[in-house]
Amino acid sequence: MSTRDIVFVALFAALTAALGLFPPVTLPVVGVPITAQSMGVMLAGAIAGATRGGAALALFVLLVCAGLPLMAGGRGGLGIVMGPGGGFVLTWPVAAFVIGFLYERNVRTLTAWKEALILVLGGVVLTYAVGIPWIAAVARVDLVKAAIGSAWFLPGDAVKVVLVVLIARTVRRAYPTLQAR
Amino acid sequence: MIPYVPGESPVHRCPPGRKILALVAAGTVLFALPRLDLALAAALLALAATGWLYRVAGIPGRLMLAQLRPLAWILAVLVLVQLALDGWQAGLLVTARLSALVLLAGLVTLTTRSSDLIEALQRGLVWAKPLGANPAKVGLAIALTLRFIPVLAAIAAEVREAQRARGLEGSLVALTVPVVVRMLKMSDDIAAAIDARSYDPDRG
Repeated sequence: MSTRDIVFVALFAALTAALGLFPPVTLPVVGVPITAQSMGVMLAGAIAGATRGGAALALFVLLVCAGLPLMAGGRGGLGIVMGPGGGFVLTWPVAAFVIGFLYERNVRTLTAWKEALILVLGGVVLTYAVGIPWIAAVARVDLVKAAIGSAWFLPGDAVKVVLVVLIARTVRRAYPTLQAR
Repeated sequence: MIPYVPGESPVHRCPPGRKILALVAAGTVLFALPRLDLALAAALLALAATGWLYRVAGIPGRLMLAQLRPLAWILAVLVLVQLALDGWQAGLLVTARLSALVLLAGLVTLTTRSSDLIEALQRGLVWAKPLGANPAKVGLAIALTLRFIPVLAAIAAEVREAQRARGLEGSLVALTVPVVVRMLKMSDDIAAAIDARSYDPDRG
């Protein structure tokens, strides 16, 4: 990693932390809050790319585990990872990497729909695939109930995907950062 | 923010790396036990042991309860669900296990300075060197991240004011795009400034 890459990694870790300044809404039954921070995951992948985006979220998760209050609502510490939302948080680095990888693969042929599809795959499908079984294990509810409880995230996720597509397209025109893979 | 409570107890003096390992071990054991009665006994034992450790560390009970407050009504809902579906033992297990782990994690945070924890993480990353992670680079990234958070907040406030003057204060896109573009430009300047000072993490 060059110095510029390190600065980018720090930038997107900080951006994800700053998105936590929006107050979270905690979901009943599954006990996981809806936050703007999953937008940080999508933005990191879509703007910084696979390696830097993945590293940014890995750094963010590391700092949260170290006890810094970077999660929405000023929470932090290992309790977050041990709690019901831990599966989502721990998948974020992988999700950012996957989003970045698919963006870099398709950087010349990106349409708004294609971007939305990539973001849904990495930011929604992948994180839910880990997050829902994690809730089921930690809270000892069965998978179906955990999945139904998590469905409350979907409207928020749809809004986030649309916002990130709009933001990433505009930023890319103003300041291209991705390289084709 | 979870405050650091200074002290000289054995819990405070235990090296941060060891505390984290103990926490991970506790989490693994509590979730790995297959039988309900065994798991319940272990969870209650862990809860009692955690309470004892709080006393050893000299943390007031008020702060201990504060660790559980964000979890309180999640726990309440979980207990109701478990009671309705699986009986009281399962409800007790979920409550005891989750409270024990969150309290234990809170204890690590309460008795360890953030700087010591970050230093321990950085030292802990030495083994990852062959995998391509350079602890000095991770250290630089951590320092930059902590510095960037207030900078981002300041830039966001500035952009919000500028967009309000244009009547765009309701638009999230009009707020986020200029913030991100300005941050990207700033990163390039910062990287150039670091390079101009001949920073070379490979040589330490």
